[in-house]
Amino acid sequence: MTWDQMQELMWPATWETLGMVGIAGLATLLVGLPVGLLLVLTDKGGLLQNLPVSRVLGAVVNVGRSIPFVILIVAVIPFTKLVMGTSLGWQAASVPLAIGAIPFFARLVETSVREVDGGLVEALKSMGAGTGTIVRKTLLPEALPSLVASATTTVIALIGYSAMAGTVGGGGLGSLAITYGYLRFETAFMWVIVAEIVVIVTAIQLLGDFAARRLSHRGDYRSPLSFFRSATAKPDATEEDLLSSR
Amino acid sequence: MITTKGLTKVYRSQGREVRALDDVDLHVRQGEVFGVVGTSGAGKSTLIRCVNLLERPTSGTVTVDGVELTALSGSEQRAGRDLRAARQRIGMVFQHFNLLSSRTVQQNVELPLEITGLDRRERRRKAAELLDLVGLADKARSHPSQLSGGQKQRVGIARALAGDPKVLLSDEATSALDPETTRSILELLRELNQQLGLTVLLITHEMDVIKSVCDSAALMRGGKVVESGQLTDLLSDGHSRIARDLFPLGDFGTRDPERTVLEITFQGDAPAQPFVSQLARTYQIDINILGAAVETIAGRLVGRMRVELPGSHTDNVVPIGYLRQQGLQVDVLDPSNGAAA
Ligand SMILES: Nc1ncnc2c1ncn2[C@@H]1O[C@H](COP(=O)(O)OP(=O)(O)OP(=O)(O)O)[C@@H](O)[C@H]1O
Ligand SMILES: [Mg+2]
Repeated sequence: MTWDQMQELMWPATWETLGMVGIAGLATLLVGLPVGLLLVLTDKGGLLQNLPVSRVLGAVVNVGRSIPFVILIVAVIPFTKLVMGTSLGWQAASVPLAIGAIPFFARLVETSVREVDGGLVEALKSMGAGTGTIVRKTLLPEALPSLVASATTTVIALIGYSAMAGTVGGGGLGSLAITYGYLRFETAFMWVIVAEIVVIVTAIQLLGDFAARRLSHRGDYRSPLSFFRSATAKPDATEEDLLSSR
Repeated sequence: MITTKGLTKVYRSQGREVRALDDVDLHVRQGEVFGVVGTSGAGKSTLIRCVNLLERPTSGTVTVDGVELTALSGSEQRAGRDLRAARQRIGMVFQHFNLLSSRTVQQNVELPLEITGLDRRERRRKAAELLDLVGLADKARSHPSQLSGGQKQRVGIARALAGDPKVLLSDEATSALDPETTRSILELLRELNQQLGLTVLLITHEMDVIKSVCDSAALMRGGKVVESGQLTDLLSDGHSRIARDLFPLGDFGTRDPERTVLEITFQGDAPAQPFVSQLARTYQIDINILGAAVETIAGRLVGRMRVELPGSHTDNVVPIGYLRQQGLQVDVLDPSNGAAA
């Protein structure tokens, strides 16, 4: 296979991957964020404590996260047809991708929001703030660096899942790699595609890290990824900063 | 300014009941600094959190500035509109500052003003004014993580004052600070109390805090207020635990029934009289001074002296009467347990 031949196949596949991850990612952010917030707010001791809602929501999220993705793709075909008008192509593949990623992201959002110091909520309450104000002025802004890191993780997970979406006619880089590398023994081409995916994932990770760092205000926030980063970059938060931020 | 009546809070967890507050009646007068002391777990935080209803009392009432807060609607998690409005006029500062790291110092101070719906320009002006008041005008654009603990607490105080409150609640505001910073924060509170006529209810576990800023104090133990009142009154009450703790003269050694140990407390001009030598001369007795301390409490000079006289209590009725006649407060210590008899 020549480089030109490879390129001819790779470009459309790249756009398909970015398309389905983009649409699914957007939908995941829009739905996952409120769901994650509700998981925190409706829980015991939460600002909107409502145990029935909390339990049902938690159960739905858990079920969503337990279903293997391949099965999910098939299971939601009727719904996909309803939304996209078809069950084939990358547009259709973005529907199961979003459905698979929403519960995942919602749990990450839940964790991020729970990490916000309860004292801040208390302080806002003491100023006479209502629930909406507390969410807008404290929970979301304070959790923002962590939310950005969560979104990055989710988008990268979506890229991984999108390879499986390819197996049901979704197209994209993943399915290209499987079709040529695995079924037609074009091993070299497969590795080229894998390399491209690595480049895309790395770019997204770096972008996400950069954004999270910028938002975290002078390094008193450490993302869960800082462990990997610290091998290459010097962390800008000293122990003293961490202590004084307590 | 703040009145609680029969305030009771019972926590139920895992079938166990904790009576964190038990029938607490507290009265904080307008314009005073009122300190609450007590050991850990006595219910101090619960009390102060019940004052602005961050905690809903199980029973009893809370009235702040004439408004009975406990009558306003809302649950522990969600406050009704009237209660939220009332809270805007009660400032609160916290042990761990609770500043938003996503905002600058200036923006932190503006936060309560955003909640009251003040427009942008007014917010700016007010926040700048408050930062000036707490001595942090030059830090307006810094982030909380760039400040020292004392500076953070000043921001916390500026923020608490943003809504022009009449009442300031402070739960261990200085407990995370070193002694020198503690002193400067307490001085600031005292200044605000005097300049703005702010009523301050503060929780502390340090007697020094009570000594340096409070007009009145209450002692809590096991969810109950066991003693409360103005410091000057407490000091002239020989049985006051608070007064005793303000003046730790330590244990007294003698257990000899043939000797009498007195604690003499004097306020105002009393120390001007040389009462010890007068006593010795008038009654021809040898006086042994065991310990003495002089402090300024609630703006008044207060001293306490522990002396030992020869002979039993009954032998010394006359000299004791003489001291009391001089306007001194005299407590005879019971040799069996070291407490005032
Ligand atoms: N949310 C809660 N649930 C159950 N019990 C609680 C709760 N909050 C406080 N308590 C209990 O109520 C009692 C009083 O607690 P509180 O925090 O008011 O004490 P404190 O006087 O402020 O102590 P410290 O000096 O340690 O801050 C304690 O026994 C505590 O265990
Ligand atoms: Mg406490």
